[in-house]
Amino acid sequence: MVASPIEIQSRLERVLLKVQKPGRYVGGEYNEVVKDWDSVQTHVALVFPDIYDIGLPNLGLAILYEVINQRPDALAERAYCPWTDMETEMRQAGIAMYSLESKHDICNFDILGFSLPYETLYTNTLNFLDLSGIPLFSSQRTVGDPLVIAGGHAAFNPEPMAPFIDAFVIGEGEEAMQEIVTAHQAWKAAGASRKDLLLRLAKIWGVYIPSFYEPYYNPDGTVSEIVKLEESAPDKVAKRLVAHLPPPPTHFLVPNVDVVHNRIAVEIMRGCTRGCRFCHAGMITRPVRERPIPEIVETIQQSLDNTGFEEVALLSLSSSDYTKIGELVDAVSARFVGKHLTISLPSLRIETASAELFEKLKGARQGGFTLAPEAATERMRNIINKPVSTEQLMETIRAIYSRGWSTIKLYFMIGHPAETLEDVQAIADLCKAVLREGRKILGNRATLHAGVSTFVPKPHTPFQWVPCDTVDQILAKQQLLKRALSGPGLKLNWTEPQDTLLEAWLSRGDRRMAQVVYAAWKHGARFDAWQEEDHYQDWMAAFAENNLDPEFYTHRRRFLDEVFPWEHLNIGVTKKFLTQDYTWSLEGKTRLDCRQKCFACGILPGFAELRRQNPGEVWKCPEVSRGRVNVLLPA
Amino acid sequence: MERIRITYAKKEALRYTSNLDVHKIWERMLRRARLPLAYSQGFHPQPRINQAAPLPLGLTSQVEIVDIWLEDDLPLMDVSQAIVKTSPPGLELFQVALVDPHAPALPTIVRASEYQVTLLDPIDPAELEAKVTNLLTATSLVRERRGKTYDLRPLIEEVAIEPSSDGLPHLRIRLSMRENATGRPDEVLMALGLDPFAARIERSQLILEPSS
Repeated sequence: MVASPIEIQSRLERVLLKVQKPGRYVGGEYNEVVKDWDSVQTHVALVFPDIYDIGLPNLGLAILYEVINQRPDALAERAYCPWTDMETEMRQAGIAMYSLESKHDICNFDILGFSLPYETLYTNTLNFLDLSGIPLFSSQRTVGDPLVIAGGHAAFNPEPMAPFIDAFVIGEGEEAMQEIVTAHQAWKAAGASRKDLLLRLAKIWGVYIPSFYEPYYNPDGTVSEIVKLEESAPDKVAKRLVAHLPPPPTHFLVPNVDVVHNRIAVEIMRGCTRGCRFCHAGMITRPVRERPIPEIVETIQQSLDNTGFEEVALLSLSSSDYTKIGELVDAVSARFVGKHLTISLPSLRIETASAELFEKLKGARQGGFTLAPEAATERMRNIINKPVSTEQLMETIRAIYSRGWSTIKLYFMIGHPAETLEDVQAIADLCKAVLREGRKILGNRATLHAGVSTFVPKPHTPFQWVPCDTVDQILAKQQLLKRALSGPGLKLNWTEPQDTLLEAWLSRGDRRMAQVVYAAWKHGARFDAWQEEDHYQDWMAAFAENNLDPEFYTHRRRFLDEVFPWEHLNIGVTKKFLTQDYTWSLEGKTRLDCRQKCFACGILPGFAELRRQNPGEVWKCPEVSRGRVNVLLPA
Repeated sequence: MERIRITYAKKEALRYTSNLDVHKIWERMLRRARLPLAYSQGFHPQPRINQAAPLPLGLTSQVEIVDIWLEDDLPLMDVSQAIVKTSPPGLELFQVALVDPHAPALPTIVRASEYQVTLLDPIDPAELEAKVTNLLTATSLVRERRGKTYDLRPLIEEVAIEPSSDGLPHLRIRLSMRENATGRPDEVLMALGLDPFAARIERSQLILEPSS
């Protein structure tokens, strides 16, 4: 059912006015890149498998879009999932997935790159392939089908999607994507088999070919070993990383309809040295690399001229840890504050200095102030390695309210390891104490929003061994909070327990989970990240059909020496370090900022050669002298 | 302070952008052009941009009109050159003119709007003619829109079958566009018994108060 761009356009014209927000499906944004299709060798479709509104502002794809389109021999176009109304219309009208730029059928592209930042996009990914007329299973694709690749944070446990994706990029994509395009061109010129393409890709640092490995299982269902099937594939796939941050994108797409973030996003720093034990991003994005202040200021200026956006977000995992954060804020505010611009600096540490930083960036539009204590007792904060004293928190709160912010948002998680109902009660008590402080300062204007999500144990973290709370545990804790946190000035948000469980079994799923994902999709599951869509029963049916138990994945405490389904991936941080950090958490022992003192997480020896080539301040790891070098990279 | 009236075409993908979002498109275009766009006073300053007449979603237009206010008095040539460079795909600039800052607001001087309709499905010419004649001879056409009933007939100033150059049937529709008396071309198509989704509609004229 391959259609030409003109046919697609004319079919679209008859359906677009029947769906909500048709502007999602037509492209035509300012800064869109439309190249002559026949003038380039390689056509890449970048796909965010959720709707346009969520996908368009994604920074990862914005980076790849610019990187690929800068090459004269390749083009990158975009596609997003249609919302359910549009999917119905497309299937009825015989419209397959098409790219927004040139309206080419997706199956005509050479490479399909999915961004998978979180697990609840898996069924959407299958649905997208189905709507594109591309075989869902990698093994069923032939030489004429596009190469299907995926990357993003969820890809650090690729196993639940292993049979559907030809190749994963584990880690940072800027350089790996270029190498994949180049390898694809060489393969195409050679006119070789699909297997030959995968063998070429397996040589690229960071690329994981799932069909080159096979997991075996113990009678109890745990993984016994992961066997490599191709001699030339690496024993362990090392995550990709760029030695220093490449030039950031400045030609952001300016949407013609409203999306979730209408803004310029500037990554000021990648990685985090804090080591919060629940934090997936903090473990997989090491080491810390900062972008210099002049480059940030110049990026903002260029992006403003290129987009006209009214908002700039300075992004990182922990803004306060940027070495010269004070100077950065001064430089940015001197140049940009007061120009009808909102500048946001999320992820600030709980300290009074944060209020001062924020105040300097305050434009005419003043929003709320967000802090993430994550837990309400010092005991709990030590277990998760986010040690902040309650006194320090209260001081920060006072500093924020007295500078005139009337709304404070506090983020917490329930379900941390070793959490009791007293720890949960403490969340309510703390929130009320904070609001009382606010009222002393601002009277009844002061409000407090508590965002309480439920912890999901993630692979490659010190908590990869721990069970996730059961539905009953979660409900009991949420009941307590709902009862305690009601009243004027207080607002409570929480995550539905079933949404948490879905994320939990996918996060630490093995390759058998892929059959569950497939069956759930067959039953109709999609848009699993959306409250509007409830497919819990579809998932339960999918588990039953495959004789698998969701509790095995969610509520089981893993053996300390368990072979994980992601054991054949090496993220630099060693299992030895994670094991030690897990045992430390049980003792309530914390680790401070590793900028000050190296805790030997494994990044430095793992990427020793790269570090030697990029010494000193390029990485924020302290210099260590070590004889032992354990090189992850193939020579 | 300078008030500038801009006439432009809205085409291609932009036909699926609503009036609220068109407002944003203008704001961002002017910001990209580094033009000193004026903002309203108050706690939530808004850019001073005023559109003449809302265009229903899905329609293209040959004549959209917008007034913008600039803090500084700039030569018109500079303004138009800057905007041409920063306009998004589908937005085509026709005319840039200075307006008396005290002239009445654009929406208050719009009187009517004319639309060119291309029907995407073939129809027997005699049948189409009969439908149009029936419509125009009716004294009242009560329709329901968003749960409210109204009479479409007094809003219809003209419906005519146009000669076709592309083999598809064409209609020209002229509808009143005054406060609380604005007709929608898709409603006229439905009143004619035609499928509004199988039509391409373009606004071809905006008729303003003669004195302005």
